[in-house]
Amino acid sequence: MIEFQQVSKRYDSDHTALRNVNFLLKRGELAFLTGHSGAGKSTLLKLIMLMERPTAGRVIVGGQELNRMPRRQIPYIRRHIGVVFQNHQLLFDRTVFDNVAMPLEVTGVPSGDIGRRVRAALDKVGLLSKEKMNPMQLSGGEQQRVGIARAVVNKPPVLLADEPTGNLDPALSADIMHLFQQFSQVGVTVLIASHDIALIRHMGRRMLTLNQGLLTDGDAMPTGEVLYGG
Amino acid sequence: MAADSGKRTPQRGARQASQPWRQQFDSWLAHHRKVARDSNQRLWRAPVASLLTWLVIGVALALPAAMLVLLGSLQGVSAGWENAARVTVYLEETVTESRARELQQRLATQAGVSGVEFIHREQALAEFREASGLGEALDYLNDNPLPHTLLVTPQDGQRSAEAIDALVANIDGLADVARVQVDLGWLQRLNVLAELLGRAAWVLALMLAAAVVLVIGNTIRLAIENRRDEILVARLVGGTDAFVRRPFLYTGVWYGLGGGIVAFLLLQISAWWLSGPIDRLAALYRSNFSLSGLSMEGTLVLLLVAVALGWLGAWLAVKRHLDAIEPE
Repeated sequence: MIEFQQVSKRYDSDHTALRNVNFLLKRGELAFLTGHSGAGKSTLLKLIMLMERPTAGRVIVGGQELNRMPRRQIPYIRRHIGVVFQNHQLLFDRTVFDNVAMPLEVTGVPSGDIGRRVRAALDKVGLLSKEKMNPMQLSGGEQQRVGIARAVVNKPPVLLADEPTGNLDPALSADIMHLFQQFSQVGVTVLIASHDIALIRHMGRRMLTLNQGLLTDGDAMPTGEVLYGG
Repeated sequence: MAADSGKRTPQRGARQASQPWRQQFDSWLAHHRKVARDSNQRLWRAPVASLLTWLVIGVALALPAAMLVLLGSLQGVSAGWENAARVTVYLEETVTESRARELQQRLATQAGVSGVEFIHREQALAEFREASGLGEALDYLNDNPLPHTLLVTPQDGQRSAEAIDALVANIDGLADVARVQVDLGWLQRLNVLAELLGRAAWVLALMLAAAVVLVIGNTIRLAIENRRDEILVARLVGGTDAFVRRPFLYTGVWYGLGGGIVAFLLLQISAWWLSGPIDRLAALYRSNFSLSGLSMEGTLVLLLVAVALGWLGAWLAVKRHLDAIEPE
């Protein structure tokens, strides 16, 4: 579903964010992306989102090669990718419902369908009763779950998450991870950038580690072996 | 939701393409209605700021519109008075009455002439005595200084400035004619003045239209800054450029329409306020001049122009500022 072939990204002559990165995520796979801050995690996610273009190599999402994608095609690619942000990027000038409805409005879903699908997404993250509230009235964990509902409301085949548990306590983080796991079980390809090593080990899933732009691919061992020394 | 739908297809694009176009069009239309309504409500949520913008646009539009309306009224006047144009032919003092009558006959048969009136020099003197109030003084004159006069009325189709010029040249060339006078001089001056005023109005209109576009553009720029987060999120969830621009273009249209309505009200109030004195003034000049307010047609054009300017201003702002907002 997501494939990187010898991808490099250089910002200017002395700063190389990614060096010759290769990996393949299959449909329904859930993987973690980890590394120091500044190791290139955000850059890698931005390449998938088409917020950046690679300097060299090929990025393929859902069978489409993104390198040659013209600018006006970008919105249509993004509709197939759900994104969850650390700072959740919710809009405080509208209700929870309207926040979650945005991806559907963008694609021109009829308003009757919007109500049904937004409520299904909110139900999934356990916030159905709060649809009329302003996101500002919600706790941090609830806000993050609204962000997740918005990311999955149009059933994207790919779900990206950038430090989704960054501001949450361990119990809430585990809840959120459990949600992501459920999505991958129904075929969504999930890539989560995180440096919560303890949580990642607990999940025991595939782990992509970035170190100064180089990618190491491996399984996160539930044992105490040190793969990543921060 | 991905989790609760068993028949989820990984490629949403394919499924969307199979939606009937009718449904796509309906939801597109519904979205336009929603955005139009939302952007309108947004303006009313900040009534003072919106009202000020509407007033600025309204005043800027009312000025050139008022000048154009005034010009329209002036052209009505000159058209009315051209109909009354007559050519006065003063004959040489030596011309006798019989020769004058002969000339009257000849002129009456000329092309472009509908009638010729003969005014005897004595009759002219009597009229002058009456009109000028110089009665006593005129008695001191040894003899009548006035010549016989012919009043030539052009035919209906021959009252343009050129046709009358030709007629005058023609008559001026005849023997026994001392001087030909057309009371069109002032009319021509009025026409030139009206033309000047008209061009000035268009220059003013162009400059003020540019001002309206800039005012709206700047207002929209601020609106874009205020809604930056929303724009970023819309782009991240796959909003096209058209989708992101739409609310701002509608905002521009609402600003334009509101400004147009303000301009219309300003014009109607001014016309009503001025109409009393103007009618009295016109009556003193025995003119049929009256200041007409905007016609239905004029109102429609005013509103359309206002909306177009609003849209244009918004479009420029959106082109310049919105496309620069990309998620980072």
